[in-house]
Parts: sequence; structure tokens; C-alpha cells
Amino acid sequence: MLNRTTAPEFKQVNEINFIAPKAQQLANGIKVFTVNAGQQELVRIEFIFENVNYDQSKPLQAVTVNSLINNGTKTLTDKEIAEKVDYYGAFLQTEYGADHTTITLHSLNKHLVSVLPIVWSIFNESIFPQHELDIFIQNQKQKLQVNLQKNDFLARKTFANTIFGNTAYGSDIAAADYDTLNRADLLAYFKAAYKPENCIIVAAGKFEEKEFQLLNQFFGQSWENAATSSVNQFHFSAVKGSEIYIEKDDAVQSALRLGNLTINRKHQDFAKLQILNTLLGGYFGSRLMANIREEKGYTYGIGSGIASLKHAGYFFIATEVGTAVCASALTEIEKEINVLKSDLVSAEELDLVRNYMLGSLLGSLENAFSHADKFKNLYFSGLDYSYYSDYIQTVKTISPEEIKAVANEYLDWNAMTKVVVGKK
Amino acid sequence: MVDFNRFTLANGLKVLVHEDPTTPMAVLNILYDVGARDEEEGKTGFAHLFEHLMFGGSVNIPSYDEPLQRVGGENNAFTSNDITNYYITLPAENIETAFWLESDRMLSLAFSEKSLDTQRNVVMEEFKQRYLNQPYGDVWLKLRPLAYEKHPYRWPTIGQDLAQIENAKMEDVKAFFKKHYNPQNAILVVGGNVKTEDVKAMAEKWFEPIPAGNKYERNLPKEPEQVQAKTLTVNANVPLNAIYITFKMPARLDPTYQVYDLMTDIFSQGQSSRLYNSLLKEQQLFSDINAYISSSLDEGLFIVEGKLIAGVTMEVAEKAIWAELEKMTTTLVSDDELTKVINKSESIMVFSEMNLLDKAMNLAYYELLGDADLLNAEIEKYHSITALQIQEAAKTTLQKEKSSTLYYLANA
Repeated sequence: MLNRTTAPEFKQVNEINFIAPKAQQLANGIKVFTVNAGQQELVRIEFIFENVNYDQSKPLQAVTVNSLINNGTKTLTDKEIAEKVDYYGAFLQTEYGADHTTITLHSLNKHLVSVLPIVWSIFNESIFPQHELDIFIQNQKQKLQVNLQKNDFLARKTFANTIFGNTAYGSDIAAADYDTLNRADLLAYFKAAYKPENCIIVAAGKFEEKEFQLLNQFFGQSWENAATSSVNQFHFSAVKGSEIYIEKDDAVQSALRLGNLTINRKHQDFAKLQILNTLLGGYFGSRLMANIREEKGYTYGIGSGIASLKHAGYFFIATEVGTAVCASALTEIEKEINVLKSDLVSAEELDLVRNYMLGSLLGSLENAFSHADKFKNLYFSGLDYSYYSDYIQTVKTISPEEIKAVANEYLDWNAMTKVVVGKK
Repeated sequence: MVDFNRFTLANGLKVLVHEDPTTPMAVLNILYDVGARDEEEGKTGFAHLFEHLMFGGSVNIPSYDEPLQRVGGENNAFTSNDITNYYITLPAENIETAFWLESDRMLSLAFSEKSLDTQRNVVMEEFKQRYLNQPYGDVWLKLRPLAYEKHPYRWPTIGQDLAQIENAKMEDVKAFFKKHYNPQNAILVVGGNVKTEDVKAMAEKWFEPIPAGNKYERNLPKEPEQVQAKTLTVNANVPLNAIYITFKMPARLDPTYQVYDLMTDIFSQGQSSRLYNSLLKEQQLFSDINAYISSSLDEGLFIVEGKLIAGVTMEVAEKAIWAELEKMTTTLVSDDELTKVINKSESIMVFSEMNLLDKAMNLAYYELLGDADLLNAEIEKYHSITALQIQEAAKTTLQKEKSSTLYYLANA
């Protein structure tokens, strides 16, 4: 008779293999990191540019250049760019981040030679037509109006502005900021940021010598842009913990976002803090989920996380809860934080979290793209692959006492910024 | 190309195996052939609520999530109007844990009152979060009953209202389980670093002892053919006026299904698409404009939706959409435009083969359609589509008297 009450034998994940990229350079010195793996005849090429020359009076300058960079060049109209890219079944995406701006090309290998010249034109010949800028401003202002009616959007924005102020990490964008955008500023930023000295390339997929040569052919020469720039530098100091309440009369739920500045990936305690975060709110079985969703039914979901940025890290807890239970939810969150600071985690719970985190890391290395993503985490924090071996070692060996110590070092309810949008 | 092996257990459970030795992971995906369309009026939202209850412990295993996380696994599920799909990702060497957990909850649930209480609350909060506390969040609560009059597609998966979820009873839960959650109504796909013979042995060990149950015979009311245009106007506390136009279109298995999919790509996929260029860029009538299909197993919907630029009248905006729809019925799509959307579809399919979970889910879904091999034949269907077929489909479908239009207006 089959015994269904006893779990089958299992093993803790033992071996996790990372594929380190091959480091090369184009003729003009652009660093290229390639993860050549996978069966499908396709590649992902990311052109990553540092954000530069931050001016808090022009908070939308970098993101707008990124959005409009494929909206017309000296040789191609916006529509021609889109049509050519689509015709070859390629995907050209622009992504603005707090530290970097990325232009990502996904393409089948057979069409790479046809789409790379389009990308070249974008980086060298973009003209940012006034007409395109006008449409962009009009549509973005409308999108912002819609977003400002979403409590979670408002909570996230208010939280970031409170802990990061008017920097690239926390800028409190209002509709009026779009009206300050002008072509001259966009062109100035474009000339300063989109140049070889400010670029690295990360390629993944079936990326072999032939593909590298193509890349060198199009991007290995000198580029048009050469204006001076300085890479953004930010310094932050902790703000005093406070509660910010934005009342919404018709809300049926309140969005909560709580947290504070913390260490980033470069700090030796980062892995320990990640384990602590997982216990608290970093997975489905976490204490916050177990208590506030599964035990009390206050919410559809609650989670916590740590974001590692170039010049800072931050810890946050986010949820949306019924307005009637908003105060109770806050009380329970505080309680869960304090329990981690006062009580030792049991061996049973800690073992589960160890195994979960190792399985999750293994599962996050699914294909060439994910190996490239892991590399970027290291590269932009100035770390090497020993970071991951240390991380795995820490997950396997951290003790309940160390968890408690990390909780006391990095979690402080009173120091947290607590944003509530809705009703309480 | 997604390779697979296939066998059926004595109790009727279909099993598919996709061997991918390049990953250290495995996926166990189980699709139950039940969705919101199988619900009774007055008890809507039940298939989705039930999905939540599937995580509340089974007959021999008090906690579903905990033992899975302990072996390094993760899981989730989703419910649509047609299906309910559960999936587990875990290190391949621990795959048996997934068989153990998944087979026990197919055998029987714990049916705990506490779990029902909690999940009712959780789902009501989900209802609020996604449908009530968002600008435009309730659009599908309005649009479905406008577009459908008889077919159960007239309610969304979350349910018609909060009260029906609040009133869910344990007896309903038990009856629903008995009716739908048995081997004959399920498709199991195991993928990743596994061997078919091992999967077969584990499937026979864990799933084959489960009683076959009764086969659920679906007999849904058929939607009458629409012969008159329908409209609904709602006012809400939103910043922008919006319009949603829907048309009935053929079911997923109809040979022309892919023609409609491609047609919506021509209308609105990316910055080279027609609606984007004409309505957003050139005429500047909309700040957002999209066309898409609902991909339903029964007669589905073809939808065009947009948010109007402030100051543009609804009349002007609507007329401009219709001008684009009519162009599709009067003028053949050019070779370049057709090649473009076909190439794009091909790329999307190739890229989706990068992801193990996507492959497993796709195999299960196409097996439900009748044969998992249809997945590998799909791209050929897109390649064979002609401009004439697109024009014919547009003529058949994009007619005023077959449209249902929702005007979603900002409160002054």
C-alpha cells in the first residue's frame, strides 16, 4: 500500500553552475561580454549605457531620450525603424533604469545582419523630432494621470521620494515636469550619454565568432557622439522614520509601502540580509504571507524585498489591504519584524528557507539570458563570481543567532518610512 | 520544435513528457479542464476560488507549500474562463515530491473550514485589488455581460460580484471537486531533466491508484448570433474617456482562428502597427490604442480598446476606429505587411522555447485542444495565411451589427 503521508526522499541542491561570459573588446574599446549557449538560433544583445549628468531640474531628460531614441534618425523615420525591426521578427526595447539605460535587441541569428544597421543609426543619428516629442509629452501626461489614481503607484512614488529625495532614484515626477522637456536638452543628453566610452555590450544566446564580427563591423568604429559627461553620483543619508498618509475617500483598499535605506550587494552582510528578507516576506511561505494573507486573509499578497542600486540599497515591504484592516495589518507587520529581532528562528524553518533559496537560485539559471543577467548583477556591483560561491555558502551555513543579529542590525520599525495611500 | 512522449494511465489521466537535459530543473504542470465557463449562474467566481483552496492542504498532506519549498521548489496556478492550470518548478532530482503533492490533492482535499474562510477573504481582497480599486478595473465586469447574453463567458473568472464569493459553501466546494478534479479531466506534463521511463514509473505509482471518477460532459448554452449593435455607457471616477469595441470571433479550434490573431497584430502589434500609427501618431486621437483577441475555446472576442486624448470627442474617436476596421474589409493587406506579422509570430514562438515552463504549459494546452503536436504545427498555420483570408475574416466579423461597444466616460 502506497504511503501518502510521508514525503519522498529529497536532496539539498548541491551543485550550481554559473556560465561566466567571455570578455572581449570591439576595435574601439567597447567591452563585450558574451554567454554563448542554447539550442535556438537566436540572440539577445544589450547595449547598456551609464546614466550621466543628472540635473534635478530636468528629471525626465534621460528617460525621454531613451524612450524617443528609436523615433527617428537622419536616415530613418520612426515608422521605418519600427517596420524594419518588425519585418525581421526582431524586438528592439528601450529600458530606463535608475543607474543605467539599456537598449535590448532580440533577433533570430539569420536576421542580425539586417537589424544591426538600424541600431547603429539609432545610436548615431537620432534626431528627436519635435513632433514625436509633442506626442510623447501628451501621451505620458495622460498615462501619469491614470497612474496617479492607482494607490500602489502613489505609494511607491511617495516612498521613493521620501528616502531618495529629488535624485534619479526618487524624483517625484509631476505632469508639469513633462512641459519642461525640449529638443535641445534631449540632443545634449544624447550626445553625452550614447557614446562608446559610456557603453558596454552583453550578448547571450547562440553568439559565436561570426556574430561578434558583425557586432564589431557595426559598432567597433568611432561613433558620432562625443560630448563630455560625468557619470551620476549620489549620496544618501537615512531619513527619520515617519508615517505619510495620503487619504483617498473612495478607496476599498489601502496601499502600504514601508522601508528604509539599507546596504547594497557590495556589502559583506548582503547575503545574510537577503536570507532574513526571505524569511520575513521574500517567498510564498514567508512570515508576512503566512500571517497577513494565509492566517488573517487581509490581503491578496504581501511581500518584502531588498533592491541593490549602484549608490544605495533599500529595504521595503509592500501590500494592498482592505481599508477596514489597514491598522491591524500595520500592527502585524511590526510584530513580525520584532519577532525576528527577539526570537531565534527554528532549525526547521531555516532549513526550509535554505533549500528554497538554493532551489530558487538554481531555477533562475534557466538559459543563456539568465546567466547573462547574473553576470550583470556582479559587474555593476564591481564583484566577481566568488560573490555567488560566498552567497551559496552563507545560505547553507548561516545560524539562527546570525539571523537575529542581522535583524537587529538592519530592521528598525521606528526608522522606517511608512506610506499609507487609501483609508485607515 | 518541442519534443515529447505521451501515454495514458488506466484511470484516464493523460501524461506528456518533455525531456530537456540542458537544465538541472524540472517542471510538473497539470491542467484541469475546468474554468469559469463551467460555473453556475449565482455561483460565479467559483473555479478561481477553488484554485485557491487547492493550496489549503490535501487528504494526507496538511500543507501543500511547505514540503515543496523544503525541496527547493516553487509553484503557482491560474484560472481562466476555460481552464485551471497548476505548475511546480523544482530541482529535477526532487521531482518525486511534486508527484507526491500533486497526486494527493487530485485524490482528495482536506476540505478545511479554516482554509475556506481565509481564501474567501483573500479572493475578495484580490477582487478589490484588481477590479475595484483600479481606474478602469471593472471594465470586464461590464463588457462581458454586454458582449455575451447566454454563454457563461458573460462573467469574468473573478466572479460577478463579491457577494457570490462571500456565500461560497463547503458543500459547493466538495461538489465542484468531485465533478471536475479527477484524472479524466486532467492533463499532466512533466518536463526538464527527466527521463520518460522514470516519469512513467512515478506517474503509475502516484497517480494511477486515483479512481477515474465520472467524466464531466460539458453542455454549455450556445450564444445566439448577434444581429444588432449593442452599447453601454458608464461614468466613473477616471481621468480619461475610454472606448471598448468587441466582436464575436471563431473559437480556438476553428481553422480561421490564427487569421484573427494575425489581424490584431496588423492592427496593433508594436510601433509599426496600423492603429498606433494612424490613431495615436498621425491623428493623435488616442494616448493608448490596442486590438487583441480573447483566445477562447468557445466563440471568443475580438477587442479594440483605446483611451482618448483629452478634448477629443467620442464620436470622432469611434469613427476613426471604424475607418481602420473598414479598411481591413475593403483593401488587401500588402505582402510586406503580412510577411512582417508572420515573421514576428515566428520569432515569438522560437523565443518561447527558451523557457521550460512555457513549453510545458503549451504542451498541456495543445493536448487539451486535441493533440500536443498541434503546438509544433502552429507556425505553419501562420505561414499559410493569405491576405485574402484576412480580408474575408474582417468582412465576416467586423460589422456594426455584430459589435458591442462600451463607452467608459470620466465623471465631469
